[in-house]
Amino acid sequence: MEFESNRPATQYNWFTMFRAGFTSMTRLGKTLWIVVIVKLIILFFILKPFFFPNLLDTTYDNDADKARHVCRELYHKAPSTE
Amino acid sequence: MDLISASAVNWSRAQFALTAGYHWLFVPLTIGLGLIMAVMESLYVKTGDEKWKTVATFWQKIFGINFAIGVATGIILEFQFGTNWSNYSWFVGDIFGAPLAIEGILAFFLEATFISIMFFGWNRVSKKMHLTSTWLVFIGASLSAFWILVANAWMQYPTGMEFNPETVRNEMVDFWAVTCSPVAYNKFLHTTFSCWAVGAAFVVAVSGWYLLKKRHTDFACRSIRIGSLVGLVAFVMLAVTGDGSAYHVAQKQPMKLAAMEGLYEGKEGAGLVAMGMLNPAKQAYNDETDPYIFKIELPKLLSLLGYRNIHAFVPGITDIVDGGYTLSDGTTALSFRERKERGELAIRALADYQTAREQERDADAANQESILRENYAHFGYGYLDTAEDLIPNVPLTFYSFHLMVMIGVYFILFFLVMLYYTGKKDLHNSRWLQYVALWSLPLAYLASQLGWVVAEVGRQPWTIQDILPVQAASSAISSHNVVTTFILFAVLFTGLLVAEVTIMVKQIKKGPEPAAQEKVSHPQG
Repeated sequence: MEFESNRPATQYNWFTMFRAGFTSMTRLGKTLWIVVIVKLIILFFILKPFFFPNLLDTTYDNDADKARHVCRELYHKAPSTE
Repeated sequence: MDLISASAVNWSRAQFALTAGYHWLFVPLTIGLGLIMAVMESLYVKTGDEKWKTVATFWQKIFGINFAIGVATGIILEFQFGTNWSNYSWFVGDIFGAPLAIEGILAFFLEATFISIMFFGWNRVSKKMHLTSTWLVFIGASLSAFWILVANAWMQYPTGMEFNPETVRNEMVDFWAVTCSPVAYNKFLHTTFSCWAVGAAFVVAVSGWYLLKKRHTDFACRSIRIGSLVGLVAFVMLAVTGDGSAYHVAQKQPMKLAAMEGLYEGKEGAGLVAMGMLNPAKQAYNDETDPYIFKIELPKLLSLLGYRNIHAFVPGITDIVDGGYTLSDGTTALSFRERKERGELAIRALADYQTAREQERDADAANQESILRENYAHFGYGYLDTAEDLIPNVPLTFYSFHLMVMIGVYFILFFLVMLYYTGKKDLHNSRWLQYVALWSLPLAYLASQLGWVVAEVGRQPWTIQDILPVQAASSAISSHNVVTTFILFAVLFTGLLVAEVTIMVKQIKKGPEPAAQEKVSHPQG
């Protein structure tokens, strides 16, 4: 992952440092980036939308309805009110 | 356990435990290695010795592998809040969300920004700038942990909030009370030192392997010297902060302390069980069966640790259920039955308040709000059926706690011996010690996981201490859904772990490469 060059540091700005870092990346660095990208795709484009909806957000439009729902849930889950 | 018949609550808990447990394989190494590589690079910058640069760059590479594989695994826990724990998610409002947001925005980006400079900046930025970046990576990772632990600590000791019956949410009224709660900072310190401990054990184990293979011996000895020093400091500080944890648990979560010690009948001048075996014949908290098959006790120590007084009364499980003993503030502890009644009053008052508000009966709403506020501290008890529901899994908490402490004591001795042999410059010839170093690594991970088992299993049934038990916090969803995602996570995380171990082992076998000489001038450095 380390970047080597003979050019003086002062000739580079942050952007070129990042660009040079990515373009001269070792095989290990590339492998790790692939792992990160695949993982993020699985997390945010598969798991989150298809398996982990926010139940209250998808069922109710506004906070008042969400509050009422939670209040009902909290009430009915108590053994004394079942 | 039948896959389908187990309740959604149990599956949601198992899923959270699975993801948190896997996530916690990556985090301690990130923080622990972060410190160690920063110390090593500091030595390079201070001495100009290129061998320290070789040492630092190798551990930075290992850090990079662990960081890349582990990054974002914690986000899965947040996914679960909205789906499996939607009541909890709503109920805690911004108190839980604020620390997590700060963690995401501030700490993670600090870490992610400077990690790039750490990897791309060698020979590109000045030595001092690079060193600063390395330290900021470590500080960023630690800050990340801090905010997560603030959120966790609030669940164990809810403070700085006020319940709003209109929104059915706890609202933060004192940010500093949440952030600086004694439970939060003690938890942060204890957890951070446990990360240092894992990092140190990892560095020493890998270096021990190099010595066994008679490869990179100078590199290995330098790494062991730093690793052992960090490890010793970490484990000594774990003992100190562990004492702080025990004190706070005694004050705020006495049931957890009783479970940690297998203490059923409270007493004055209670001893600390150094070692013991619980009696599996004990079936109920109030039966007459002796809870121990055997125990070795350090007299008075539990009273001293928990209450800073060798004569203090430490309540056992039965006392906490029955109440009637005097609390630290001089008041009398309520029984489970009394707290349950008050909890039921509070739950009913919340529902009645909502109805009154809908029907615009303001005076009635105000009355119900007053009843709710009066009894809110016992709100969660209204969801518990019997006293048994209040008691966590005692054997799991007890053995996890004692095994963790035993491993901690072992590591203090281990790192002392390592430092002694390093000082004698006799590590090369001590193959037995090299084997011990290598095979001690799983113990460090085990202790780290056990710490969370004690913290989280020991506080059951609560998601928020005394306010919300797990059954009320969970969503009304089918267990089938949770089982599906449980299996998905198990596969995903196992895949990530296999990837981590495979890539890491390959790099470790490859070994450190001599650091490239500085080829550029650094006017700033």
